[in-house]
Amino acid sequence: MSNSSKKPGAAATIYLAVVFVILYAPILYLAYYSFNSGGSMHNFEGFTLEWYGEVFQDTRLVIILLNTLAIALFSAAISTMIGVAGAIAITHVKSKQFRSALLTLNNVLIVSPDVIIGASFLILFAAMGVRLGFASVLVSHIAFSVPIVVLMVLPKLQEMSPTLIYAARDLGATRWDVLSRVIVPYISPGIFAGFFMALTYSLDDFAVTFFVTGDGFSTLSVEIYSRARQGISLSINALSTLIFLVTLVLAVGYYAINTRAIEPGRPARTGRTGRVEAGE
Amino acid sequence: MQYRTRNIYLIPYAVWIALFVIAPIVLIAYYSMFDIDGALTVGNYRRFFTPVYMGMTVRSFWYAFLVTMFSLLVAYPTAYLLTKTKHKQLWLLLMIMPSWMNLLLKAYAFIGMFGTYGPVNALLGALGIGTKQILFTEFSFIFVAVYIFVPFMILPIFNALDELNPSLVAAARDLGASGWDTFRRVVFPLTINGVKSGCRAVFIPALSLFMITRLIAGNRVITLGTAIEQHFLVTQDWGMGSTIAVFLIIAMGLTMVLTGSGEEGRQHVK
Repeated sequence: MSNSSKKPGAAATIYLAVVFVILYAPILYLAYYSFNSGGSMHNFEGFTLEWYGEVFQDTRLVIILLNTLAIALFSAAISTMIGVAGAIAITHVKSKQFRSALLTLNNVLIVSPDVIIGASFLILFAAMGVRLGFASVLVSHIAFSVPIVVLMVLPKLQEMSPTLIYAARDLGATRWDVLSRVIVPYISPGIFAGFFMALTYSLDDFAVTFFVTGDGFSTLSVEIYSRARQGISLSINALSTLIFLVTLVLAVGYYAINTRAIEPGRPARTGRTGRVEAGE
Repeated sequence: MQYRTRNIYLIPYAVWIALFVIAPIVLIAYYSMFDIDGALTVGNYRRFFTPVYMGMTVRSFWYAFLVTMFSLLVAYPTAYLLTKTKHKQLWLLLMIMPSWMNLLLKAYAFIGMFGTYGPVNALLGALGIGTKQILFTEFSFIFVAVYIFVPFMILPIFNALDELNPSLVAAARDLGASGWDTFRRVVFPLTINGVKSGCRAVFIPALSLFMITRLIAGNRVITLGTAIEQHFLVTQDWGMGSTIAVFLIIAMGLTMVLTGSGEEGRQHVK
């Protein structure tokens, strides 16, 4: 490794190729057998689209899919609003200690393991007497998406010159005008990035949802978990292939926004299990 | 005027902090002092220090350590070689992409791949080794955990390597350092912050994994995360679950201190 400091040699290429193949193997494996008419994940008998048809005929699954999307969109939208307000609030704070205290509190949920977030939210909902279901899942998703929105928006706000705001005020803009016509347009790339992150966080989450979802409500991750515990069914394969395609589109979209606006080539997201290292 | 403006934006954010950051931690600490019947007790803490829970804690740390170490061993060379490729940002994106896919689906894929009739066993059979029980072993647990965490280790290390000034490496080589010396004395020390944040991004989640332990390790591996889930959702002993959570939070804090969490603050507070 160390003597390949100029051009990667054959060994280096092989190493990268092996890592690459292993990273994609499970996904391709699922996709390949989603077309298997044999009904198992080891004997490919013939090509079929039967499992894809089954996914769309499975009403329960379709409802869960819609629930998952609804939760993701609502939680991303609401957490983006709270997060933007939070980021603006942080930049307005004058005291250095207070500001770093806010940032530390902000980052608590980013570094907390999912299990802790899930368990503590479960206690919180029990203590407040909230019934578990759609509402508790939605509120939890909003709660864990807020800090990442703050971290996405904050750098944009910090690079914005305060003279822009003074100028607007001098020219007679109201506070609302300043927000809607000066601040928000300026930080919009950060807002989009934050929204995207919140969306993927929500779609990806399993552990927190698992704790705070009641009996009647389920998201895709929780449903896959319970189905996977029962064994293999190729309609999950078909579903995962579809999800991967959607993820691909989302990833490319996020990457496009990210490279254009925030920092070139830094897909900062690291998913819910290894929650982000947004700072790095 | 300035003061009023600040106040308005701070309200929703402060409510969020109070409700979802401070209250949950306080509630965890509070619940840890009650037993399953709701009586005030320190019994949970006493129970945590019995050999059963201590053994579980030690094993959990050991697994998290192994997962972090193997992730680092795989990720560092990968990140290093990635920085040498021609379209490095594109390759990085391609390496990170699988991590965007739902975690549950990847775990589910491994159930099929590691199964008795799966491709891995078919390969072992073809090599003349014969089929082995792979699923529901500690090996499969560590393998899948490393698989899941490697991209999160690659990313910060890649960024650190990417920021490294190549003339430093050239200088070291000019001054007669061997390739290994250059790596050990120049490249690695200068990218240590990337390594640290990678380890932080892997170690804490690895300590609290619970879904993979159930699906892949078939309850053979019990981590702190599994124990918390068990207490909260199966045995309904929230007090003991909270007690374990308290220790997990302490471990998390210690990890943050050891790997220097100050960087985040530095980047965002000017």
